[in-house]
Amino acid sequence: MQALRTTGHQGIPAVAARYRNNFLKEVEAHVEDGEWVKMCMQCGVCAGSCPFGPHWEHPPQEIFMMIRAGKRDEVLKSDAMWMCTSCYNCVVRCPRKLPITQIMHGIASYAQELGLAPKNQPTRDFSIQFWNNCTKTGRVNEMKLTVGLYFKDGLVSGIKQVMNMLPVAIGLIKAGRLNPFELISGHSPKDQKGIAAMLKKARAIEAQRAPATH
Amino acid sequence: MTAPIATSQTILVVGGGISGMTAALEAAECGRDVVLVERNPTLGGRTALLYRYFPKMCHPTCGLEINLRRLKANRRVRVLTMTEVAGITGQRGDYQATLKIRPRYVNERCTACGDCSAAVSAEIPNPYNYGMGQIKAAYLPHAMAYPQRYVLAPSLIGTADADLAKAACKVGAIDLEMQEETVQLSVGAVVWATGWRPYDAAKIQPYGYGRFPNVITSVEFERLADPSGPTGGKLLRPSDGKEAKNIAFIQCAGSRDENHLRHCSRICCMATLKQTQYVREALGEDGQSTVYYIDIRSIDRLEDFYQMVQRDKTVKFVKSKVARIAQADNGDPILHGVDTEGYHRYATPHDLVVLAIGMEPESNSIALPQDVITDSSGFIEGSPDGGMCGAGSASSPLDVNRSAQSATGAALRAIKVIHQTAREEA
Repeated sequence: MQALRTTGHQGIPAVAARYRNNFLKEVEAHVEDGEWVKMCMQCGVCAGSCPFGPHWEHPPQEIFMMIRAGKRDEVLKSDAMWMCTSCYNCVVRCPRKLPITQIMHGIASYAQELGLAPKNQPTRDFSIQFWNNCTKTGRVNEMKLTVGLYFKDGLVSGIKQVMNMLPVAIGLIKAGRLNPFELISGHSPKDQKGIAAMLKKARAIEAQRAPATH
Repeated sequence: MTAPIATSQTILVVGGGISGMTAALEAAECGRDVVLVERNPTLGGRTALLYRYFPKMCHPTCGLEINLRRLKANRRVRVLTMTEVAGITGQRGDYQATLKIRPRYVNERCTACGDCSAAVSAEIPNPYNYGMGQIKAAYLPHAMAYPQRYVLAPSLIGTADADLAKAACKVGAIDLEMQEETVQLSVGAVVWATGWRPYDAAKIQPYGYGRFPNVITSVEFERLADPSGPTGGKLLRPSDGKEAKNIAFIQCAGSRDENHLRHCSRICCMATLKQTQYVREALGEDGQSTVYYIDIRSIDRLEDFYQMVQRDKTVKFVKSKVARIAQADNGDPILHGVDTEGYHRYATPHDLVVLAIGMEPESNSIALPQDVITDSSGFIEGSPDGGMCGAGSASSPLDVNRSAQSATGAALRAIKVIHQTAREEA
């Protein structure tokens, strides 16, 4: 009798291998709260409850189905999960209590880690700027963050945005809510070393999770 | 009122719906003494409030009538209506039950002539139509009521209407001095057949039940379709009394939802499939039913019924749990959601929305004896020593057919306990 053709080291018949859901397993291993994806029963309440719903490329329900269908590139290169505003409406409504918001952020962050996240996605750009700004000293420098965002698309559009917002800025300065000198110096929290140590520890914990499959 | 004579060889059945009646009759026909306790003024429970059964589309009056005939022919069952169990102590073979009997204000002389009802003018929301429509405060619950005896609403007592009713009664059946009674009973086994209740639809906030008049529950729709219901069997929507032709059914309304009921209520799929046929019966090809579902659970032989409905051109299926309902200016509910077959976003207006409401164990609102074990949804399993057990939809979400099967099983368990007690006492 002819032996079943296998995929080599794993000893799984070739036919069965097609149905092995590798991407789902990858998501479960590497995405925060990814083990919840298999619990989705495709009712559609998350998609229907999302205030941003009509503007997404794929609503959460569809993303979960795509993960289970093994559509790795379509999911990770999509800008869908970057559209999540963390309103938590879906989490509250989900009949199976899936942490949908957390999973969306988890997938986005995994896509970023792999370098597959869409370029020029505004939420992604903002997240990167915010993270770099915030982790530098441990305190967000609002002057540098806003100016950085205004000039991200070049000098001309930056100056235009600054001129637009100038009256608001002057109002804020007069009210003592904005210090223009922060643009040059900026102030730091008291225990800057402590914050650096905390971030280092967080990175170490994260590294203990299975490394990303590139 | 004289207390029933009961011994440690008597079986107490709590709840006089289809399950309680079945359990009581099966045990009694095996020669055991049974006390059947019902909270309402009549037996029949929620079964009596159905228009038709699935899958044969016959009327519940038929099944109830058979049981009532068995009941009248059997002297071993003692029926106590308007009676609640206040507490049960003891163990297998030796229970002490405390029963509270509310006053009916009408004694056994009543001939159900209806003169008292004609004499009074006060009305109450009709409990047998889930509060839709009014009924006189001196009333016969419904045509199949057992006992066939009128009842006076407590709100009537002390008013001039009560005296009018008393004066109108030719046989002297009305006793306005009746008081609540407490009765002690020793019994050997207890069958909890306390049944179910529809989940509180107002808790499903995005569906707007209670805010939008044209969003109703499946049990209310059952009354709308019934010729003895508030609309005389016409499918009229509550907001403007117009005939509803384009009707949406929302499945899993409260069921399979960690925020509401964890369990699948099992009957709602078949109930909706059945109700689409009410729409066809009332409107023919002019009616349109749309079923919004996660998946249709029509178990074993009931699949045939599902396939029959699928072939019906007036019924459409949309695979999606509706996310929310809004209301248009003309009162039309608009259903919002995304369907799973293609992920299309929809906003569809309907004349009327029926929520296929989930089954919650009625016992969630009563204090059960401490040794009664319930599951995570509150359905009754029984006591560890086997002296008490659940029956019918008190024990699991079941349809009428399976409730009767479950009740027969419960009767057998109770008989077993009594046999053992009898042996030990001999």
